[in-house]
Amino acid sequence: MNALFYISAVIAVISTIMVVTRANPVHALLYLILSLFSVALVFFALGAPFVAALEIIIYAGAIMVLFVFVIMMINPGRRGIEREKQWLNPKTWAGPSILAGILLAELIYVLARGSGQLSGVAEITPKEVAIVLFGPYILGVELASMLLLAGLIGAYHLGRRSQGTTPREGEHL
Amino acid sequence: MSAVPMEHGLLLAGLLFAVGTAGVLVRRNIIFMLMSVEIMLNAAGLAFVVAGSARQQADGQIMFIFILAMAAAEVAVGLALVLQLYHRFNTLDADAADTMRG
Repeated sequence: MNALFYISAVIAVISTIMVVTRANPVHALLYLILSLFSVALVFFALGAPFVAALEIIIYAGAIMVLFVFVIMMINPGRRGIEREKQWLNPKTWAGPSILAGILLAELIYVLARGSGQLSGVAEITPKEVAIVLFGPYILGVELASMLLLAGLIGAYHLGRRSQGTTPREGEHL
Repeated sequence: MSAVPMEHGLLLAGLLFAVGTAGVLVRRNIIFMLMSVEIMLNAAGLAFVVAGSARQQADGQIMFIFILAMAAAEVAVGLALVLQLYHRFNTLDADAADTMRG
């Protein structure tokens, strides 16, 4: 079972270094998603399946979709076709695909062993997490809900195009 | 007990955090800086889960859930700021917004 952890850890470090060193934001995003997947497998190897699922659903799902939206909104549309061709170049997606393939092989290996659980690792089940989360940590849950509401309002306020400043700045540029 | 020693998990978390810190310091494109902050938050959560797994307590995973909620709020506000920066200065360079008014 240690091999599962160490292979995922190596992939996490490699893909994270690739995130920081890419020039194109979309390439970096591919590697960032891969890094989150490998950290999710590390969580699974450590006996924390619930946060492994949360990592994929919320980090690699919701948060990365936000990044994709913003990058697509910011990219100017004129050079779109050439860039599209450039993205279909195997050089772009070969690296992430190979690393993701290794992660997939690990996943298939775990599933093929039958039980869907790791032997030798004491799991902390979602039930235990939920009992503690909604018991001693209920105040933290309330605070997190207030934080999310504040984030929602803040994002709405900042995301509005403010009239007056934008055209004037645009004329100067 | 977990089959993986706790030190190795913490070492991985430290490595990821160091890479994220380097990204924040080195890159000036604000989207890359936000991504690096995400990497750092993720590494901090990883450290919590590793410690919780080593001690067989659920508290580490709960801290990870809180970090997740915080990261979601942070990225929503941060990306709204990125859009504002782009609309005002027509660039993604964080150094473009280095002057204050007032």
